[in-house]
Amino acid sequence: MQKYYETVFMLNPVLSAEQVKDTVQKFKNIITSQGGEITHEEDWGLRQLAYPIKKKSSAFYYLIEFKSEGKLIKTLETEYHRDEQVIRYLTVALDKYALEWANKRKTKPHLIPPPVISYEIKDKEEKQIRERVREAPSKVEKTTNTEAEEKE
Amino acid sequence: MNSILSETLHSKNEARKKYCRFKKNGIKYIDYKDPEFLLKFVNEQGRILPRRITGTSLKYQRRLAKAIKRARHLALLPFMTDGLK
Repeated sequence: MQKYYETVFMLNPVLSAEQVKDTVQKFKNIITSQGGEITHEEDWGLRQLAYPIKKKSSAFYYLIEFKSEGKLIKTLETEYHRDEQVIRYLTVALDKYALEWANKRKTKPHLIPPPVISYEIKDKEEKQIRERVREAPSKVEKTTNTEAEEKE
Repeated sequence: MNSILSETLHSKNEARKKYCRFKKNGIKYIDYKDPEFLLKFVNEQGRILPRRITGTSLKYQRRLAKAIKRARHLALLPFMTDGLK
């Protein structure tokens, strides 16, 4: 039975744009050669990580939505494992509500790619600034509220 | 004195009744790709808030936890930090 899946992988930030392109193409080829059908893809670009992974603080994110048999997932994930440039990956099956949301998301280009948020607080000074901001009425609150309304 | 205290407590309880925002807004799927939205359900250290505080129903708390954990895996949300908000 064919099912919809969504996979996100993160690539080493030291790669050149060309190498990123090649790697992405490689995984796309794996999907299509095994009878999968790519329905959507998103390039999130270089994003800051919320915490360091393998001593790296950023990574290239790429998302692919596809339709395929379940056994494809195993081959895809072993390929992820073999490729040393992939630092993390996640593959999830989409149920009907997830699909609904995924289609809705495509009509809202401002949601793609999701906003880059930096969490890392490197020195004490920055921490103090953050604390002051926290006391003042924050703008962040407002933006998240509008996002919630969009989700409705 | 005692009666006033209990009265204020009572009125406070009535003023803000907890509700599940997913049920109320008809949100069926919680997306792990939207860290800014998920940020509302974690505390300053990045821990998931219990539903006794947020009022989320059990069904959506389960899905929310899953979404947050997926976001953490992809480093969209931190496992542990300070001063997230």
